[in-house]
Order: sequence, then C-alpha cells, then structure tokens
Amino acid sequence: MGTAYTPGLKVSPRTLVRKTRRLPLKGQVLVGEGDLVAPDMVVARTEIPGVMQTVRAGEQLGLEPAELKAALKVQVGDKVERDQVLAETRSFFGLFRSECRAPLAGTVELISEHSGHIGIRLPAAPVEVTAYIHGRVAEVIPDEGVVVEAEAAFVQGIFGVGGERTGAIHMLASSPDSKLTDDMITPDLAGKVIVGGSNVSGAALQKAAQVGCAGVVAGAIIDRDLVDFLGYDIGVAITGQEDINTTLVITEGFGSIRMADRTFRLLSSLEGKQASINGATQIRAGVIRPEVIVPTEKAGAEEKQQDLGQILDIGSHIRAIREPYFGLLGTVTALPPEPILIPSGSTVRVLEADLADGQRVIIPRANVEIIEE
Amino acid sequence: MADINTILATDCGSTTTKAILIEKQGGEYRLRVRGEAPTTVETPFDDVTVGVVNAIREVEELSGRTILDENNLIIRPARDERTGVDLYLSTSSAGGGLQMTVAGVVKAMSAESAERAALGAGAIIIDVIAVDDGRKEYEKVRRIRELRPDMILASGGTDGGTIKHLVEIAEMLLAADPKPRLGIGMKLPVIFAGNKDAREPVKETLQDRLDLHIVDNLRPTLESENLGPAREAIHELFLQHVMQQAPGYGKLSSWTDAGIMATPNAVGKIIETIAEQLRMDVLAVDIGGATTDVFSVFGGTFNRTVSANLGMSYSICNVLTESGIANIQRWVPFDSDEEDLRNRLRNKMIRPTTIPHTLEDLRIEQAVAREALRLGFEHHKSLARTLKGIQQVRSVGDLLTQEATGQTLVKMMELDMIIGSGGVLSHAPRNAESAYMMLDAYQPEGVTMLAKDSIFMMPQLGILSTVHPEAAAQVFDRDCLIRFGHVIAPVGTAKPGVTACWIEMDGERKSFSYGTLTLIPLGLGEKKEVAIHPARGFDVGAGRGRSLTTTVEGGTVGLIVDARGRPLTLPADRKQRIPKLQEWHAALGLEPE
Repeated sequence: MGTAYTPGLKVSPRTLVRKTRRLPLKGQVLVGEGDLVAPDMVVARTEIPGVMQTVRAGEQLGLEPAELKAALKVQVGDKVERDQVLAETRSFFGLFRSECRAPLAGTVELISEHSGHIGIRLPAAPVEVTAYIHGRVAEVIPDEGVVVEAEAAFVQGIFGVGGERTGAIHMLASSPDSKLTDDMITPDLAGKVIVGGSNVSGAALQKAAQVGCAGVVAGAIIDRDLVDFLGYDIGVAITGQEDINTTLVITEGFGSIRMADRTFRLLSSLEGKQASINGATQIRAGVIRPEVIVPTEKAGAEEKQQDLGQILDIGSHIRAIREPYFGLLGTVTALPPEPILIPSGSTVRVLEADLADGQRVIIPRANVEIIEE
Repeated sequence: MADINTILATDCGSTTTKAILIEKQGGEYRLRVRGEAPTTVETPFDDVTVGVVNAIREVEELSGRTILDENNLIIRPARDERTGVDLYLSTSSAGGGLQMTVAGVVKAMSAESAERAALGAGAIIIDVIAVDDGRKEYEKVRRIRELRPDMILASGGTDGGTIKHLVEIAEMLLAADPKPRLGIGMKLPVIFAGNKDAREPVKETLQDRLDLHIVDNLRPTLESENLGPAREAIHELFLQHVMQQAPGYGKLSSWTDAGIMATPNAVGKIIETIAEQLRMDVLAVDIGGATTDVFSVFGGTFNRTVSANLGMSYSICNVLTESGIANIQRWVPFDSDEEDLRNRLRNKMIRPTTIPHTLEDLRIEQAVAREALRLGFEHHKSLARTLKGIQQVRSVGDLLTQEATGQTLVKMMELDMIIGSGGVLSHAPRNAESAYMMLDAYQPEGVTMLAKDSIFMMPQLGILSTVHPEAAAQVFDRDCLIRFGHVIAPVGTAKPGVTACWIEMDGERKSFSYGTLTLIPLGLGEKKEVAIHPARGFDVGAGRGRSLTTTVEGGTVGLIVDARGRPLTLPADRKQRIPKLQEWHAALGLEPE
C-alpha cells in the first residue's frame, strides 16, 4: 500500500483512439473493415427477443389448468393479433360464452397445463450500435460489432455523467481557473459542447441542459450541485446511463479545482470542431473514464504520450490528488527509496516536491498524479 | 498429505492478485513470503494468469525458491529444497465475482433460504425475486432481463407442496429470457432447488431456452433447510461456466490442484473450520473498496452476507447515501463541514488508490468505515436468523421462554471472537484504531476477543482448508491472525459516572464508570484470571448483576474495558459528543486529529 502512484489521465492533441462498438447479443455487422464511418452511422444491428406476456387463461375462464387444453383456439407457434380469441368456453347449451383474448400481438410460446397460462412472446425489438466517432473500421468482430479507429485529440476526464453525444466545442471560460456560471449560457449554445474552467455551478449546469447543450466540460463540480442536477445521489461509481440530455465531464475532481493547463489549452485549440463526448465512468478493475474525442483531419505522426507507464522522476510535474495539498501543482525534488512515516501514522513511500506556492512538502506517492504542462 | 511440504496459493482479487508461499518448518506449517501483482483480467492483458505469474515471480524473488519453469508453468511436485511446490491452489473474485439472482415463492421463506444458499457459495446477490415480493409481474420480468446475472437459483415449495407457483416462477424466467453476463450466445444456467414434484413441469416450461440444472430442494420441509446441494451446484457451475468464460481461467484451472474457488466461499470455509476446531462463535468481516462481506458461525450455523455496495472506495459514496451524512459525522472527533466531507468522499471515490495523508483525513475515513461496518452487520443480522414460518409446538412452560421464529442467530453475548480484514482494518496505522472501529460498529457484549487478518490471506487458507485442514489451521493461528486482545463490555445503561462494573485482576479491584473506555496493558499471549462484577442492571455474560470469572488474553492492543454501555449511544449535541470522542481516542492511546 502506498507504493504506487496514480497514473495521470490521458490528454493528447493527437493519438490513435480505438473504440469497440459491440452489440449486447449476437447480430449483424453492417460495415466492413476499412470503411469510413460517422458518429451516427449504424455499424451493427440485432434484435432482442421480446418479453413473453403471461395470460392467465385458466383463471379468466374459470378452468382448472388441465381443462384449458379443451378450450384452446390457438397452438404453440401461432402468431396472434391483439384481441384475438386464445381460448373460449361455452356453457348452458352454448348460450353463454366466455372468452380469453390476446392482450397484445405476438407469438404463442407457452401453453401450460400446470398453471393454465398462455405465454405470448412479443416481437423482437431492434437494437443498433452507432460508430460514435468519425473514423475507419479497423476490425470486424464477427456477429458482435466493430472496432473503430481514428487519429484524434483525446481528453480523458476523471468523472462524468450522461451518455454518448456529439457537438461542436465552444470555450466559455477565459482561463483554466475561471468558473462557468449560468449567465454565460445562451440559447445559441444548443447542441454544443461547452467548456468551463475550474468549476461549473449547479445553475449553469441546469441552464445548459435547458438550452440543449450536448455536453459540459469543466474542472470540477460541487457534490451538492451534481446531486441537485441529477435529482439523486450517486452511490456507486458506475455512470453513463443517467436520464439527462446534457453529458457532463469533469476533468479534475469535486469542489472547485483549476483545470489542468494542458487540458485547457488543448480544448481551446479545438474550438468549433466536432467532438464525441461520453460521461460514462466506472471506477474499479477495468476502469472506464469519461472522454472527449475530436478526430483530426490531417494525417500525421501520433504524439507519443507516456501514459500508464509514466515514470515518476526528479523533475516530474505532479498534482496532489488528496488533502492537505489537493489540487496543487508541483515538481518532484526527491524520491526517497525507503518508506517514511506520514502524519496519519502510516509508513509509506513518498516523494518530496516543490509546490507552485513555494512550499517544499512530502506527499505519499499514492496521492499524486503525473501531469504534463 | 504427509508429503506436502511446500504450498503455493493465490487469490485473484478484482484489483490485486496475491500469492502466498507456505512451508513446513520444524514440523509445522508457516507462511514464508507473500507476493502481489495487479490482476490482469481486463484489457490490455485479458488473461488472469499474467497477474498470477507476476505475483509468483515476486514470491520467487522474496523466497529465493524457483517455482516457475522456463514456460512459466508451476513446477510440481517440489524437486528439492529450492525448486517447485507440492500443492498449488487458487481463489478468485476478479471480473465482478459471482453475480446471482435468486427466486423463491415466499420472500421470507424459500426466497430467503435461496439467498442464504447463494451467499454461502460466495455469490453477490443482485436481486431476490419472490411471488409475494410486492412487485408486479412485468416489473420482475423486466428486472430479471436487465440484470444479466451469472446464474439464477430458483426455489420454493416444500416437497409435496405447491407446484403452481413454481411453474409461475419458471414462466417468469421464460418470459424474461435472460442472458448471462459473460459469454455472448451462451445459455444462462438456472439451478432449480424447489419442490421435487415440480421438477418436470419446470423442465417442460423452461424448454431449452435456459441451461437448467436440478438439485435437491433447499427447503424440503418448513422446519428444515438443506442448502448443501444447491451450494455445491453453484460452485460447480461457477467453475464450469462462469470461470471458463473469464479470460485465462481455463488455463488457471488446469494449473491448480483443486479447481478455483470463489474468494468469499473460501473465506467462509476457513471461518467455519476455525469455529469448529476452536469450538467458538466467530464473526468475521472483510471490508473492501466495493463490498463488505460478513461471515458468522453461531452455535455451529454458518452464515455469510455481502453488502454489494458498501465499501471504502468504489462505493464509499453509497455508504454516505445509506447512512446519511449525520451518521458519519457523529464518529468524527472534531468539527467537520458537511460540504467539505461530501467532496472529500467523492474525490476518494474517483481516485480510489489514494491514502489518508493527515490524521484528520484518516479519522474521516475511519468514521465512514464504522458506518459501512455497521450497515453491513445490520444486513447480516437480518439474514442470519432462524427459519421463518415454522409451526412451533408450545407447552405452557414454553410460553414465557420460547422465541418467535425468524430471530437473528447473531447473539453478541455469546460471541467469542471478531476478526476484521480489508484495507481500512488490516492497514490502519495503529492496531488500536482497528479495534476501536470494530468496537463502535459491532458493539460486542460481555467478553470478546478482537483480532485482524494480518495480510488478508483468509481466501488462500480457506481453499487450503478443503484439502489440507491442518496446514490451514496452523498458518491461520500463527501467521494470519493478529490478536488485539479481549474486550470486556458490560451490557446496560446508567447515568454517566456511575460504576458499570468492577474487575478483580492480580489481587486488585478496580471500578469502571459508565461512559468510559479503558485500556489495560496486557501483551500478546499473556493471560489473566479475572473476576468481573457488573453493577446492578449490567450484564457481562452471567446475567444481570451476576459476577463472571474468566480468563482474558491480551494482544497487540491490550485488554479493553468498554463501559460505554450497550446499546452505545453518542451524545446528540456535538458540543458534548466531540469531547467525549476525544476522551475515548485518548483512552486507547490515539490522538483524535
């Protein structure tokens, strides 16, 4: 414990992005390897079998389960229309007739002599998967989906809510430490991905959703504002399925934290460009972080960014990601090899750093991330 | 088993794969070294064995023993003192563990028994469906469909009882046509452990849409539970289906000498083994980043529960949601700001590998842990109970004594030992902090030993206990368990300052006032005869006001006298509460902040 450090999130002006677009069930892949695709283009399709609706026919007709057979007007495998008679009984020389009708159209799948129920399977529902980003199909996963590849600017956030959307990037913040407030949001921002600095206020987020912004990217948000926006508290860190019309990506954390310069500069350079944005976050093994992807038009060499394998060294630029220095930037000045006693009472591996405000401090290695400025 | 001298065991957790090497030294089995490496179930590796090999490499480096051959295969049996191992075993909870939906006819009866069977087999229950659970049928169908479990356990009806309701459950499964979480195109395994007369109709109903397995009824009569066959079937299907779909597990299975066991199942095995060998009632907890598992053996009955969304990182905010901010703040021994606290917990959630740097931050995390432990325990108490719905024959003499059905089996006064494990307990900087968290969360009564799992090796020892119980028990006692010492906690309430009990030890008699916490130095392995005299209205195990003479044992913390009363109530007013919390911290030799 405490011997590792958190790798920084990926922020790159040019990198090869690969997105696996997979169906939930086996189905049909509609594109081929090498095909060019656009974000809203359907790349694979399948049908999810409908649910089966149970009709309590025996009970409706006052029959014992075993008696149902004699009253049936349909068989397993029959297609039935809504209101079609499934079973009927006649009594008193045929004068009184009781009927059991189909509540919906579908196929008879079950007739049970044990329960007296008739099961009607609803028609299958189509499910489609889109390409999500502009790019090229790099790989076809037979019957399941594709891998779409693109040279793109790529910004990974730390946390987000809301699913996949696209929109043009529009910078609203003038600096990485300026806040995004509701008065900055105007109706002409509908469909755009707006970018703030250190914080997006709750009112600004609400207004962005009202005017129909596709996405909001900011350094941080106050926990309470997020709860108010969603209408509930997020307990477990799995997001992306929220029923909201604006996707939120925060790049630094909760509270009010200056957006990393590199992230801010990159987003500024992408002003007006079409972005694919996804707030989906999952924090456990197989971490999924939210993202902003802007495919680049020109071919060129990929920028080599050291990411997961980054080496923490003297001179490395870091950011503290836990109290008491949370959010502060610094430069590593020493990396003592032996574990050191910290104020909490734990003995852990640490680093020594000069912070931007001039103080020299000791920080557990687990509590920093490497950044490139 | 006499020839087994060297044992290697791994546990593939969701983030870390841990390997332990056990060697026979001077006639007894001891832990030699431990190695760990990140788990590699996810991309880019997609192969659990990569992490296993890396963890074994660390064991090789630390022990100087060669375990892997040039093809990275484990050398077995041991060739000499420095090459190979005699036995290799593994457990796993990676890739989300074993996720199950259980179904029954009556929520408080067969569905609850099914829940106990699945939990005991190491599953995380993602939903409990019952005919009488209050939800509309279409809601249940939708839920079964959406959840995509690894398997479903269906039960209900005593043998010879209802068939109709079981056919309805089968129809519900057919209607939903659920797909398994792993293995696209695979059929979902369903275990039917209900009324034996319903087997054929259920089989007919489910047709070939689902992969049906039939086992003995887990509730053959109202008065009895028969969870063994269902648990075995779950374990088998976990190995054959779920594990085979997970990346690299086919290979790992072929390496091991006893299949792969679900981690919580293995922990349950070691707890059961120890409780049986020492004839003790035991409560054990594993508090992780995502979940809190609670295991207990009371009067020989084993129970396990898992609170899937109570954890210290990934689901730390769910602890906040379930307990409420005030319940967390009540344990913080200084003034804390609500907004700051909420943002801190969120930041821990999104950066789960960070650690408390300041003492203040540590105290906040430990406050959250108390609530996670407490909530997990409440859940455990509600499920670890006697069977509901039993008809009891009562005589006149029973009228005053006989308990109602569905009473919790968790009886704190009878509990002998509490074992804590998981990062926040195992890695607390000071042992007294772990002991203190367990005291607050569990509120043991009478005389109870507090202990922790030193490096979380209970999973490996659990699977070892199934093939070599002697080795497992020896390592558990000598290397795994760290005893903090006994706690004496009189049950009762009084006014602050009033004597709750007197304790005679070494010829001295000392009184302990209500509302106080006291630490008496008593080292590891030291034992003392004590006579505990509770004040009127207080009980330490012999009855109200009745004295108890017993032997207490020390540990890395010492002998704790917790005279704060049971149930423990904290002053509601923070002006009174914070000084009290600070006083208790100081009593255990801890600084509040």
